Amino acid sequence: MLDKTGIAKRIAKEVKDGYYVNLGIGIPTLVANYVRNDIEVEFQSENGVLGMGPFPIEGEEDPDIINAGKQTITTLPGASFFDSAMSFSMIRGQHVDLTILGAMEVAENGDIANWKIPGRMVKGMGGAMDLVASAENIIVAMMHTNKRGESKLLKKCSLPLTGVGCVKKVVTNLAVLEVTKSGFKLLERAPGVTVENIKNATEGTLIIEGTIPEMTL
Amino acid sequence: MINKKVANVQEALTGVEDNMTFMLGGFGLSGIPENAIAELVKLGVKGLTCISNNAGIDDFGLGLLLQKHQIKKMISSYVGENDEFEQQMLSGELDVELIPQGTLAERCRAAQAGFPAIYTPAGFGTEVAEGKETREFNGKMYVLEHAFQADFAFVKAWKGDDAGNLIFKGTARNFNPNMCGAAKITVAEVEELVPLGSLDPNQIHIPGIFVQRIFQGQTFEKRIEQRTVRKRS
Repeated sequence: MLDKTGIAKRIAKEVKDGYYVNLGIGIPTLVANYVRNDIEVEFQSENGVLGMGPFPIEGEEDPDIINAGKQTITTLPGASFFDSAMSFSMIRGQHVDLTILGAMEVAENGDIANWKIPGRMVKGMGGAMDLVASAENIIVAMMHTNKRGESKLLKKCSLPLTGVGCVKKVVTNLAVLEVTKSGFKLLERAPGVTVENIKNATEGTLIIEGTIPEMTL
Repeated sequence: MINKKVANVQEALTGVEDNMTFMLGGFGLSGIPENAIAELVKLGVKGLTCISNNAGIDDFGLGLLLQKHQIKKMISSYVGENDEFEQQMLSGELDVELIPQGTLAERCRAAQAGFPAIYTPAGFGTEVAEGKETREFNGKMYVLEHAFQADFAFVKAWKGDDAGNLIFKGTARNFNPNMCGAAKITVAEVEELVPLGSLDPNQIHIPGIFVQRIFQGQTFEKRIEQRTVRKRS
């Protein structure tokens, strides 16, 4: 079974040379730490920066340079700043190659819910609806089950949707799954996790073809 | 040169009244019009509708207007980190319309650019699209979203000149350029108001035609919301 870092490490393998990537808050943010350093990748943050670098060295924080999580950041050589409309032109216009974000629920048809729990304080969708409505390649990073042990990979989302039919791949603490027309296709098992474990933790249709390899990190 | 310079924030906010609709630039606390917000608190105008990506924190940004119960409605994409906001929202005092961040930007830009509405894929199939016109283009579904109509846009830039030309810095740019010229009156506050001719026309982000009033901000606290650092290695 993977921890959050493990999920980030596995997703980092999906990041290819020449990709522009938007990372959501939480596990997705960690992905940047594990991308191979022999490839060229640029990270976009929807508040208006392309070419994000690491956090600043203590004492060098700049209130005018932050990411979408409102954290102080730095930029790398070749970086650029732009306004919010242009930022979402990059996103809706499908110029960003890969979007990695967290979710509360994913349905077997690729629907995603990640912004609202009825009855609880709703903070808002931020840029998530724009990101999922447009990206060609969306990978969800999340735990396979919620705190009550209930599956987050469902036949149908129960929470209000963020986007419809958009998720392509899901990486959880248990497995890597591809969203196909007929359901969640199991691609890889996390270390020490059996196909049976994954079956038990998946409410949506699970497609198992042949032997499922254990993932390498 | 058409002079857009006003003496101070008081003059810049002339004409502000109760029940108006304002656009306010900024993302989190970065690039917010601090001076205009402080003056709005002093003026005590009430019943405001504020279009702003976020709603500040309890004691800074739009949180200052919330503390004084001056805001009737917020139109935002994300409103966490603010207890006062939460209380007023849950009690029903504050009306909140949450919309996708890109839609917020584009509804500002549409107003700036003279488009009555735009089609966006964001929110299709979700509750955001409920009651809205939808339409298929090239096999994909889109939602019709209307341009904002606002009385004032309050924006913050790094540098500006008397002609109203603006240059922004870093991610403090965010929604500010998209709001310029998107309301009846655009008020820009700048960290440095420089003499005419000292800004390179090639480097201007927003031409002065989109700005009606410009002033040198008195103070810019520029508070950091999430201070994240690494150790010098």
